[in-house]
Amino acid sequence: MKTKNTFQSPVLALLAKQPALAVMALLAVFPLIFPFHSLAINILLFGLFAAGYNLTFGYTGKLSFGHAAFFGGGAYGCGILISQYAIAWPLALCFGVVLAGLLALLMGLLAMRTRGIYFAMVTLALAQCVYFLFFQVNSLTGGDNGLRGVNVNTVNFGSLKLDLLNPLVKYYFMLAFVAIAIWLINRILNSAFGSILEALRENEHRARACGINVEGTRLLSLVISGMVCGLAGALNAINLSTVSIDSLSYQTSGQVMMMTLLGGMGTFFGPFLGAGIFLGIEHVVTGITERWQLIVGVIFIILVLFFPKGIWGTALARYKK
Amino acid sequence: MTNTAILSTRHVTKKFGGFTANRDVSVDFHRGKLTSIIGPNGAGKSTFFNMVSGSFKPTSGEILFDGKSVGGLKQHEFAKIGISKSFQITNLFPALTVLENVRVAVQCLQSVYNIWTPRSRHAEWVEKAELLLELVGLQDRRNDLAENLAHGEQRCLEIAVALACDPQLLLLDEPTAGMSPEETRVIMNLILKLLEHRTIGLVEHKMKLIMGVSDSIIVLHQGQLLMQGTPDEVKNNDEVKRVYLGKGNH
Repeated sequence: MKTKNTFQSPVLALLAKQPALAVMALLAVFPLIFPFHSLAINILLFGLFAAGYNLTFGYTGKLSFGHAAFFGGGAYGCGILISQYAIAWPLALCFGVVLAGLLALLMGLLAMRTRGIYFAMVTLALAQCVYFLFFQVNSLTGGDNGLRGVNVNTVNFGSLKLDLLNPLVKYYFMLAFVAIAIWLINRILNSAFGSILEALRENEHRARACGINVEGTRLLSLVISGMVCGLAGALNAINLSTVSIDSLSYQTSGQVMMMTLLGGMGTFFGPFLGAGIFLGIEHVVTGITERWQLIVGVIFIILVLFFPKGIWGTALARYKK
Repeated sequence: MTNTAILSTRHVTKKFGGFTANRDVSVDFHRGKLTSIIGPNGAGKSTFFNMVSGSFKPTSGEILFDGKSVGGLKQHEFAKIGISKSFQITNLFPALTVLENVRVAVQCLQSVYNIWTPRSRHAEWVEKAELLLELVGLQDRRNDLAENLAHGEQRCLEIAVALACDPQLLLLDEPTAGMSPEETRVIMNLILKLLEHRTIGLVEHKMKLIMGVSDSIIVLHQGQLLMQGTPDEVKNNDEVKRVYLGKGNH
């Protein structure tokens, strides 16, 4: 029977108590039970993207419509260095993350004073600026055609040679970075700064009266969020060997918000679950009809109606008490 | 005379568009004393409270804390210089525990941007929070969520939260609003206990309460200062009687 603070399933209990470890463990066994490996990589990377977005949306309580700028910015930053300048991928990856962080800093400085729907609109507008900037700089980004030739086919770690053309190997290569990011996010959420974020989400006025610089705190969390999304984008550039201009489009911002909402905003596991469900549904429905967005939209509405806290958020709330 | 004042206002005026909420108010909050702000509804008490506690900036005039002008500081900087407040409507972190409410408030002035060190590494924040909870008598409820406390307990918790930054000046906006007589007594005793080490300013409606405990009373009327004086001076002032006391007799 149900008792207080115990979970019926040990997996659920582990996910609630040690979310970072549990998410890593789940992601580690995921491709072994899920045969579509390239879809698994997509879920992994979009899960990371959503986890980064969740830092802004879920943990800081700011609805952003501009996170595509960080995802796409990270992807282009990494991709351009690899394809145009033949720079080693680890450096390019770092550059993508830093570029996304800088974009987040800039966007935050301009948008952080606004709240609610205005923040959403300002971030959307700024992300569109980034979109057209990359679209216009044809020689560097390939413009409409996208950036090609982001080829990282083999990776050497000392004597260990990884063949990234093998999807399963590529998955675990990506997972190494995703795991580091998950560990960092968990560390940040449990840090002193993490409790300031909680206080801020609970009551901005009280927090301000206690001496918290609300704008500064939110700016830092947006930069961290942007860097995580940038990492997801940079890894995705390596994953696809190309960067499409769509990665910067507002649809991408909308998708990551839907994934986070579906899974459960403000929860650790939610974004990964949301990414899995979203991409899973998309994968299945696109095989059936061209008008897949119609069906995905209906499913999305139903899920939001019946799981307002998201699927994992609802599960947590139901099992926890 | 003014050198014992911890906070003074000089010709402070606050306008909202064409409406003047406070006009030319010059008062002193003396160190170690309890100063109350009274006045009929619409007298500008809340606006004045919000200016001296940092929520509003005065349109003109000066606010001096420890002799230095603080009118240009932002709200979050008030806690740092030693002015802390509680709100008229209870303002807590509702889904956090009682202990966490105070612990995070203690943390606010020590460490905000540390994204690396786990919060659990700082036992001293918890210790200080426990002491504050003991002071306000909530130590037994430390693990309950703030939203599950009774109204009176929430007001006490808010005082503990406000005390977390070790304020020299504690400002309370109607701390006994909506309280039973018993709860009111508890809170007034707490306020007198706190007064041993601090300066306190409060806005209050309950006249009898104020008269008994205040060292100094500021009477506002239609946004302006009517007088500042001891409870006896206020009681015996004809104009105060006319605009305020005269109507209800208390």
